[in-house]
Amino acid sequence: MVRVVVDVMPKPEILDPQGQAVAKALPRMGFSGISDVRQGKHFELEVDDSVDDETLAKIAEGFLSNPVIEDFVVRRVPS
Amino acid sequence: MSELASEPSIQARIGVITFPGTLDDVDAARAVRAAGAESVSLWHADADLKGVDAVVVPGGFSYGDYLRCGAIAKFAPVMGEVVRSAEQGMPVLGICNGFQVLCEAGLLPGALTRNAGLHFVCRDLWLEVASNSTAWTSRYELGADLLVPLKSGEGRYVASEPVLDKLEGDGRVVFRYRDNPNGSMRDIAGISSANGRVVGLMPHPEHATEALTGPSDDGLGLFYSALDLVLAA
Repeated sequence: MVRVVVDVMPKPEILDPQGQAVAKALPRMGFSGISDVRQGKHFELEVDDSVDDETLAKIAEGFLSNPVIEDFVVRRVPS
Repeated sequence: MSELASEPSIQARIGVITFPGTLDDVDAARAVRAAGAESVSLWHADADLKGVDAVVVPGGFSYGDYLRCGAIAKFAPVMGEVVRSAEQGMPVLGICNGFQVLCEAGLLPGALTRNAGLHFVCRDLWLEVASNSTAWTSRYELGADLLVPLKSGEGRYVASEPVLDKLEGDGRVVFRYRDNPNGSMRDIAGISSANGRVVGLMPHPEHATEALTGPSDDGLGLFYSALDLVLAA
Protein backbone atom coordinates (compact mmCIF):
# COMPACT_ATOMS: atom_id res chain seq x y z
CA MET A 1 0.00 0.00 0.00
CA VAL A 2 1.12 3.50 -0.70
CA ARG A 3 -0.41 6.87 0.00
CA VAL A 4 -1.17 8.96 -3.05
CA VAL A 5 -1.92 12.64 -2.68
CA VAL A 6 -3.88 14.51 -5.33
CA ASP A 7 -3.99 18.29 -5.09
CA VAL A 8 -6.61 20.04 -7.20
CA MET A 9 -6.41 23.81 -7.71
CA PRO A 10 -8.49 26.26 -9.71
CA LYS A 11 -6.61 27.22 -12.88
CA PRO A 12 -4.76 30.54 -12.55
CA GLU A 13 -7.16 32.32 -14.91
CA ILE A 14 -10.26 31.06 -13.08
CA LEU A 15 -11.77 33.46 -10.55
CA ASP A 16 -11.51 32.03 -7.03
CA PRO A 17 -13.93 34.04 -4.87
CA GLN A 18 -13.42 31.72 -1.89
CA GLY A 19 -9.67 32.33 -1.92
CA GLN A 20 -10.27 36.06 -2.31
CA ALA A 21 -12.59 36.06 0.70
CA VAL A 22 -9.89 34.39 2.81
CA ALA A 23 -7.26 36.83 1.54
CA LYS A 24 -9.46 39.79 2.42
CA ALA A 25 -10.18 38.42 5.91
CA LEU A 26 -6.51 38.06 6.87
CA PRO A 27 -5.69 41.80 7.27
CA ARG A 28 -8.87 42.25 9.30
CA MET A 29 -7.58 39.57 11.67
CA GLY A 30 -4.26 41.36 12.03
CA PHE A 31 -2.20 39.21 9.66
CA SER A 32 -0.27 41.31 7.18
CA GLY A 33 2.01 40.50 4.25
CA ILE A 34 -0.22 37.91 2.54
CA SER A 35 -1.00 39.18 -0.93
CA ASP A 36 -3.09 36.35 -2.38
CA VAL A 37 -4.85 33.11 -1.44
CA ARG A 38 -6.05 30.37 -3.77
CA GLN A 39 -8.29 27.63 -2.39
CA GLY A 40 -8.27 24.08 -3.73
CA LYS A 41 -8.85 20.47 -2.73
CA HIS A 42 -6.51 17.89 -1.23
CA PHE A 43 -7.23 14.15 -1.62
CA GLU A 44 -5.40 11.30 0.13
CA LEU A 45 -5.81 7.88 -1.47
CA GLU A 46 -4.58 4.60 0.05
CA VAL A 47 -3.50 2.76 -3.05
CA ASP A 48 -2.51 -0.82 -3.80
CA ASP A 49 0.99 -1.25 -5.31
CA SER A 50 -0.58 -2.64 -8.47
CA VAL A 51 -2.16 0.70 -9.43
CA ASP A 52 0.05 2.44 -11.97
CA ASP A 53 0.64 6.15 -12.56
CA GLU A 54 -1.47 6.17 -15.71
CA THR A 55 -4.50 4.93 -13.76
CA LEU A 56 -3.94 7.51 -11.05
CA ALA A 57 -3.76 10.27 -13.66
CA LYS A 58 -7.05 9.04 -15.14
CA ILE A 59 -8.69 9.20 -11.71
CA ALA A 60 -7.32 12.68 -11.07
CA GLU A 61 -8.22 14.09 -14.47
CA GLY A 62 -11.51 12.35 -15.13
CA PHE A 63 -13.04 12.48 -11.68
CA LEU A 64 -11.22 14.32 -8.90
CA SER A 65 -10.74 17.42 -11.05
CA ASN A 66 -12.63 19.14 -13.84
CA PRO A 67 -10.02 19.96 -16.49
CA VAL A 68 -12.10 22.90 -17.72
CA ILE A 69 -11.49 24.83 -14.51
CA GLU A 70 -8.90 22.95 -12.44
CA ASP A 71 -5.30 21.71 -12.53
CA PHE A 72 -4.11 18.70 -10.56
CA VAL A 73 -0.87 17.22 -9.20
CA VAL A 74 -0.50 13.54 -8.27
CA ARG A 75 2.20 12.52 -5.77
CA ARG A 76 3.11 9.20 -4.14
CA VAL A 77 4.18 9.88 -0.53
CA PRO A 78 5.58 7.64 2.22
CA SER A 79 2.72 6.88 4.60
CA MET B 1 -42.75 36.16 -25.26
CA SER B 2 -44.59 34.48 -28.09
CA GLU B 3 -48.17 33.29 -27.74
CA LEU B 4 -48.68 29.73 -26.63
CA ALA B 5 -50.98 27.51 -28.64
CA SER B 6 -53.52 25.15 -27.16
CA GLU B 7 -52.45 21.80 -25.77
CA PRO B 8 -51.58 19.17 -28.34
CA SER B 9 -53.91 16.23 -28.50
CA ILE B 10 -51.32 13.54 -29.20
CA GLN B 11 -49.52 12.51 -26.05
CA ALA B 12 -45.76 13.04 -25.86
CA ARG B 13 -43.77 11.52 -23.02
CA ILE B 14 -41.07 13.57 -21.31
CA GLY B 15 -38.87 11.97 -18.64
CA VAL B 16 -37.77 13.73 -15.45
CA ILE B 17 -34.74 12.30 -13.65
CA THR B 18 -34.49 11.99 -9.87
CA PHE B 19 -31.06 11.64 -8.26
CA PRO B 20 -30.51 11.44 -4.50
CA GLY B 21 -30.63 15.14 -3.56
CA THR B 22 -32.71 16.30 -6.52
CA LEU B 23 -35.23 18.96 -5.42
CA ASP B 24 -37.03 20.22 -8.48
CA ASP B 25 -38.21 17.02 -10.12
CA VAL B 26 -41.76 17.60 -8.87
CA ASP B 27 -41.99 21.07 -10.39
CA ALA B 28 -40.32 19.88 -13.59
CA ALA B 29 -42.90 17.10 -13.92
CA ARG B 30 -45.64 19.63 -13.23
CA ALA B 31 -44.30 21.91 -15.96
CA VAL B 32 -44.24 18.98 -18.39
CA ARG B 33 -47.89 18.25 -17.61
CA ALA B 34 -48.82 21.94 -17.80
CA ALA B 35 -47.47 21.95 -21.35
CA GLY B 36 -49.68 19.00 -22.19
CA ALA B 37 -47.19 16.14 -22.16
CA GLU B 38 -47.09 13.05 -19.98
CA SER B 39 -44.31 13.21 -17.37
CA VAL B 40 -42.39 10.01 -16.76
CA SER B 41 -40.30 9.58 -13.60
CA LEU B 42 -36.78 8.30 -14.27
CA TRP B 43 -34.62 6.93 -11.44
CA HIS B 44 -30.88 7.63 -11.31
CA ALA B 45 -29.97 4.00 -10.68
CA ASP B 46 -31.92 2.61 -13.64
CA ALA B 47 -30.17 2.54 -17.00
CA ASP B 48 -33.60 2.91 -18.60
CA LEU B 49 -35.28 5.93 -20.18
CA LYS B 50 -38.62 4.08 -20.47
CA GLY B 51 -38.95 5.07 -24.11
CA VAL B 52 -39.46 8.79 -23.44
CA ASP B 53 -39.29 11.36 -26.24
CA ALA B 54 -37.25 13.91 -24.27
CA VAL B 55 -35.57 14.23 -20.87
CA VAL B 56 -35.38 16.95 -18.23
CA VAL B 57 -32.46 16.84 -15.78
CA PRO B 58 -33.86 18.95 -12.94
CA GLY B 59 -32.28 21.10 -10.25
CA GLY B 60 -31.24 20.38 -6.70
CA PHE B 61 -28.10 19.01 -5.10
CA SER B 62 -27.50 15.62 -6.68
CA TYR B 63 -25.39 13.44 -4.38
CA GLY B 64 -25.10 16.40 -2.01
CA ASP B 65 -22.93 18.30 -4.52
CA TYR B 66 -20.05 16.17 -3.19
CA LEU B 67 -16.72 16.60 -4.99
CA ARG B 68 -18.20 19.13 -7.48
CA CYS B 69 -21.75 19.94 -8.52
CA GLY B 70 -22.81 17.21 -10.94
CA ALA B 71 -19.52 15.31 -10.71
CA ILE B 72 -21.02 12.16 -9.19
CA ALA B 73 -24.30 12.34 -11.09
CA LYS B 74 -22.53 12.03 -14.42
CA PHE B 75 -21.67 8.42 -13.51
CA ALA B 76 -25.27 7.47 -12.64
CA PRO B 77 -26.58 4.58 -14.77
CA VAL B 78 -29.39 6.73 -16.14
CA MET B 79 -26.92 9.35 -17.42
CA GLY B 80 -25.21 6.81 -19.67
CA GLU B 81 -28.56 6.39 -21.42
CA VAL B 82 -29.12 10.15 -21.54
CA VAL B 83 -25.73 10.70 -23.20
CA ARG B 84 -26.39 7.91 -25.71
CA SER B 85 -29.86 9.21 -26.58
CA ALA B 86 -28.70 12.83 -26.75
CA GLU B 87 -26.05 11.81 -29.27
CA GLN B 88 -28.87 10.39 -31.39
CA GLY B 89 -30.75 13.72 -31.21
CA MET B 90 -33.13 13.31 -28.29
CA PRO B 91 -34.00 16.68 -26.70
CA VAL B 92 -32.44 17.07 -23.24
CA LEU B 93 -32.95 20.04 -20.90
CA GLY B 94 -30.70 20.59 -17.88
CA ILE B 95 -31.90 23.10 -15.31
CA CYS B 96 -29.57 24.46 -12.60
CA ASN B 97 -27.96 21.34 -11.10
CA GLY B 98 -29.11 19.58 -14.27
CA PHE B 99 -27.05 22.09 -16.31
CA GLN B 100 -24.06 21.33 -14.07
CA VAL B 101 -24.60 17.60 -14.64
CA LEU B 102 -24.75 18.04 -18.44
CA CYS B 103 -21.49 20.04 -18.39
CA GLU B 104 -19.78 17.43 -16.23
CA ALA B 105 -21.09 14.67 -18.51
CA GLY B 106 -19.58 16.41 -21.53
CA LEU B 107 -22.89 17.05 -23.32
CA LEU B 108 -22.32 20.80 -22.98
CA PRO B 109 -18.99 22.69 -22.89
CA GLY B 110 -17.72 24.77 -19.97
CA ALA B 111 -18.37 24.58 -16.24
CA LEU B 112 -20.35 26.25 -13.48
CA THR B 113 -18.34 27.72 -10.61
CA ARG B 114 -18.92 29.57 -7.34
CA ASN B 115 -20.80 32.86 -7.81
CA ALA B 116 -18.44 35.81 -8.12
CA GLY B 117 -19.93 37.48 -5.02
CA LEU B 118 -19.92 34.18 -3.07
CA HIS B 119 -23.58 34.77 -2.18
CA PHE B 120 -26.28 32.26 -2.99
CA VAL B 121 -28.58 34.15 -5.37
CA CYS B 122 -32.29 33.47 -4.96
CA ARG B 123 -34.53 35.88 -6.86
CA ASP B 124 -36.67 36.38 -9.94
CA LEU B 125 -34.73 37.90 -12.81
CA TRP B 126 -34.97 38.77 -16.48
CA LEU B 127 -33.46 36.62 -19.18
CA GLU B 128 -33.02 37.43 -22.84
CA VAL B 129 -33.73 34.67 -25.36
CA ALA B 130 -30.51 34.75 -27.38
CA SER B 131 -31.36 31.80 -29.64
CA ASN B 132 -34.73 30.42 -30.67
CA SER B 133 -33.31 27.79 -32.98
CA THR B 134 -32.95 25.10 -30.30
CA ALA B 135 -35.27 22.22 -29.42
CA TRP B 136 -36.29 24.02 -26.22
CA THR B 137 -36.70 27.65 -27.37
CA SER B 138 -38.45 27.56 -30.77
CA ARG B 139 -41.64 29.02 -29.25
CA TYR B 140 -39.90 32.23 -28.19
CA GLU B 141 -39.21 35.32 -30.21
CA LEU B 142 -35.54 36.18 -30.52
CA GLY B 143 -34.66 38.82 -27.93
CA ALA B 144 -37.78 38.09 -25.84
CA ASP B 145 -37.60 38.86 -22.11
CA LEU B 146 -38.47 36.07 -19.69
CA LEU B 147 -39.04 36.53 -15.96
CA VAL B 148 -37.91 33.38 -14.13
CA PRO B 149 -36.38 32.53 -10.74
CA LEU B 150 -32.68 31.88 -10.21
CA LYS B 151 -31.53 30.03 -7.08
CA SER B 152 -27.92 28.92 -7.08
CA GLY B 153 -24.60 29.38 -5.34
CA GLU B 154 -22.50 27.90 -8.14
CA GLY B 155 -24.02 29.38 -11.24
CA ARG B 156 -21.14 31.33 -12.72
CA TYR B 157 -20.70 30.03 -16.27
CA VAL B 158 -17.04 29.62 -17.21
CA ALA B 159 -15.32 28.46 -20.39
CA SER B 160 -12.12 29.29 -22.24
CA GLU B 161 -12.14 32.32 -24.54
CA PRO B 162 -12.00 30.17 -27.72
CA VAL B 163 -14.97 28.12 -26.48
CA LEU B 164 -16.93 31.28 -25.63
CA ASP B 165 -16.14 32.73 -29.07
CA LYS B 166 -17.29 29.54 -30.74
CA LEU B 167 -20.51 29.37 -28.70
CA GLU B 168 -21.35 32.94 -29.67
CA GLY B 169 -20.28 32.49 -33.28
CA ASP B 170 -22.41 29.37 -33.68
CA GLY B 171 -25.46 30.89 -32.01
CA ARG B 172 -25.27 28.49 -29.10
CA VAL B 173 -25.73 31.07 -26.35
CA VAL B 174 -29.43 30.44 -25.67
CA PHE B 175 -30.15 32.67 -22.65
CA ARG B 176 -28.40 35.78 -21.34
CA TYR B 177 -28.88 37.56 -18.03
CA ARG B 178 -30.17 41.09 -18.47
CA ASP B 179 -28.43 41.97 -15.19
CA ASN B 180 -25.65 39.48 -14.52
CA PRO B 181 -26.17 38.17 -10.94
CA ASN B 182 -23.20 35.82 -10.54
CA GLY B 183 -20.33 36.92 -12.78
CA SER B 184 -21.13 34.46 -15.58
CA MET B 185 -18.81 35.03 -18.51
CA ARG B 186 -20.43 37.11 -21.26
CA ASP B 187 -23.67 37.16 -19.21
CA ILE B 188 -24.38 33.57 -20.24
CA ALA B 189 -27.32 31.95 -18.45
CA GLY B 190 -27.84 29.03 -20.83
CA ILE B 191 -26.23 27.31 -23.82
CA SER B 192 -26.99 24.53 -26.27
CA SER B 193 -25.23 21.64 -27.95
CA ALA B 194 -24.08 22.06 -31.56
CA ASN B 195 -27.29 20.46 -32.88
CA GLY B 196 -29.50 22.54 -30.56
CA ARG B 197 -31.11 19.47 -29.00
CA VAL B 198 -29.37 19.71 -25.61
CA VAL B 199 -29.94 22.92 -23.65
CA GLY B 200 -28.73 23.81 -20.16
CA LEU B 201 -29.52 26.89 -18.10
CA MET B 202 -29.08 27.97 -14.48
CA PRO B 203 -32.43 29.77 -13.98
CA HIS B 204 -35.59 27.75 -13.37
CA PRO B 205 -38.24 27.89 -16.12
CA GLU B 206 -40.12 25.04 -14.42
CA HIS B 207 -40.84 27.39 -11.49
CA ALA B 208 -42.39 29.94 -13.88
CA THR B 209 -45.36 28.13 -15.33
CA GLU B 210 -48.30 29.91 -13.69
CA ALA B 211 -48.97 33.09 -11.72
CA LEU B 212 -50.09 31.17 -8.62
CA THR B 213 -46.65 29.66 -7.90
CA GLY B 214 -44.18 31.70 -9.92
CA PRO B 215 -43.41 35.20 -11.15
CA SER B 216 -44.80 34.48 -14.64
CA ASP B 217 -45.67 31.65 -17.02
CA ASP B 218 -42.71 32.57 -19.21
CA GLY B 219 -41.02 29.22 -18.57
CA LEU B 220 -43.73 27.15 -20.22
CA GLY B 221 -42.41 28.00 -23.68
CA LEU B 222 -39.41 25.69 -23.22
CA PHE B 223 -41.68 22.72 -22.66
CA TYR B 224 -44.05 23.66 -25.50
CA SER B 225 -41.02 23.99 -27.79
CA ALA B 226 -39.80 20.47 -27.05
CA LEU B 227 -43.33 19.16 -27.43
CA ASP B 228 -43.61 20.75 -30.89
CA LEU B 229 -40.42 18.98 -31.94
CA VAL B 230 -41.41 15.61 -30.49
CA LEU B 231 -44.89 15.68 -32.02
CA ALA B 232 -43.56 16.77 -35.41
CA ALA B 233 -41.16 13.81 -35.50
